[in-house]
Amino acid sequence: MPTEATTDEVERVIVDGLAELGADREEISREATFENLDVDSLDLVEVAQIVEEKFGVELEGEDVKDLRTVGDAVDLVVARSS
Amino acid sequence: MTRRVVITGVGAVTPLGVGADALVERWADGECGIEDGAGRCSDFEPTEFLSSKEARRSDRFSQFAIAACAEAIDAAGWGDAFPYEPGEIGCVVGTGIGGLGSLEEQEGVLRERGPRAVSPLSVPLMMGNAAAATLAMRHGLHGQTYGVVSACAAGANAVGAASRMIEAGDAEAAITGGAEAAITGLATAAFAAMGATSPSGVSRPFDARRDGFVMGEGAGILVLEEAEAAKRRGAPVLGEVLGYGATSDAHHLTAPEPSGREAARAIELALADADISAEDVDYVNAHGTSTPLNDRTETEALKAALGEHAWRVPVSSTKSAIGHLLGAAGAVEAIATLGALRRGIVPPTLGYEEPDEDLDLDYVGDGTRPLQSQGNGEANGAGRRIAISNAFGFGGHNAVLCIAAE
Repeated sequence: MPTEATTDEVERVIVDGLAELGADREEISREATFENLDVDSLDLVEVAQIVEEKFGVELEGEDVKDLRTVGDAVDLVVARSS
Repeated sequence: MTRRVVITGVGAVTPLGVGADALVERWADGECGIEDGAGRCSDFEPTEFLSSKEARRSDRFSQFAIAACAEAIDAAGWGDAFPYEPGEIGCVVGTGIGGLGSLEEQEGVLRERGPRAVSPLSVPLMMGNAAAATLAMRHGLHGQTYGVVSACAAGANAVGAASRMIEAGDAEAAITGGAEAAITGLATAAFAAMGATSPSGVSRPFDARRDGFVMGEGAGILVLEEAEAAKRRGAPVLGEVLGYGATSDAHHLTAPEPSGREAARAIELALADADISAEDVDYVNAHGTSTPLNDRTETEALKAALGEHAWRVPVSSTKSAIGHLLGAAGAVEAIATLGALRRGIVPPTLGYEEPDEDLDLDYVGDGTRPLQSQGNGEANGAGRRIAISNAFGFGGHNAVLCIAAE
């Protein structure tokens, strides 16, 4: 069963995922932009895969390509899960 | 005026360790990097050369290329500000198979977890041009950049193509070589299935007991520069790509054409390109795979191309010390050849003990010896030493580099 997608839980999973992908953990916050974190479209697809596995929320490339900040991504996942 | 191409930096990651010096010196010392039937780069630790993000975004073959390239650029003294405009620097890197390990891993993901779990990095990791693209991106090179895919001739074809690029004036400098990381489950089984690899796990080129090649992995990268431009900037000139010849057997998918006719023609073309005669060749760095067919055919080709000189010139195989690095082999062995010339030595064909019928050249089975200048030709004067390095690939690709060093 997928984990319930609370804001805190989604944020934790996404932050861990981004760090795993090579982003500097200390730089990661809700306000941090993917551009500043050097997270590109390929990374975002990987984040989407992590989110799908964890929360059962299916995100397509189209959904994630315009995300600007970590907070945007967290909010999108929480919104889609409810 | 003819543009000449000099070698100003080299770097290597091989089963004998990280570094071009380790390759040449350990081979010359008679050390063998093959363990348990494979030549693995066990000393290689990716995070010493790459950030964790870069490591995730490059297959092992590209990682080898990145490390070898860093060494080569450093040796060339390129520093942080490269001595040429980015658009004047080409990048050509050969591979036999590319990111096979990544392909196999993601094939497993596809089978076990379905298509939605397949990594978006799969294609950029596995594509054959990944090493070339990665080096160009990492170092901001804007000249012609591509991969060369000609199986076990790829590394030599790449160096040849990069040399031609400079000779033609399409680039002032080039980063070139070959990279391979194919000691995977699929490739190991596949090469064994076709009877190419050694059941005994021993690489002993030209020996009567040879029974196939031993798989190796690694990369070799060379920095090439137009000779006059290198001179102007006071570059450390290690040697020269004196000539290049390449032909195709057009005979069989895997077996060499038995007479070695087209392999011989590649050697002849390389000598003609270098404007030297067979007697000027001081050393032959053989393709010498340790397969029954290659070593016999290569011997025939050397006899056809070099005539009587074939029996006088020492012929040894780097693969006796590191196994067969497939698409990296031609580049790694060009670096080994250059290292031998610069040191004035002929490293041995390790494990060569029992002569085979008709394989009657001097395969240097008796350990490293001083390089004797053959001294028969005018080209080989003034302390200049000349060698050829052969590379032949499945598909009938023949590539020969003629290398000189002071």
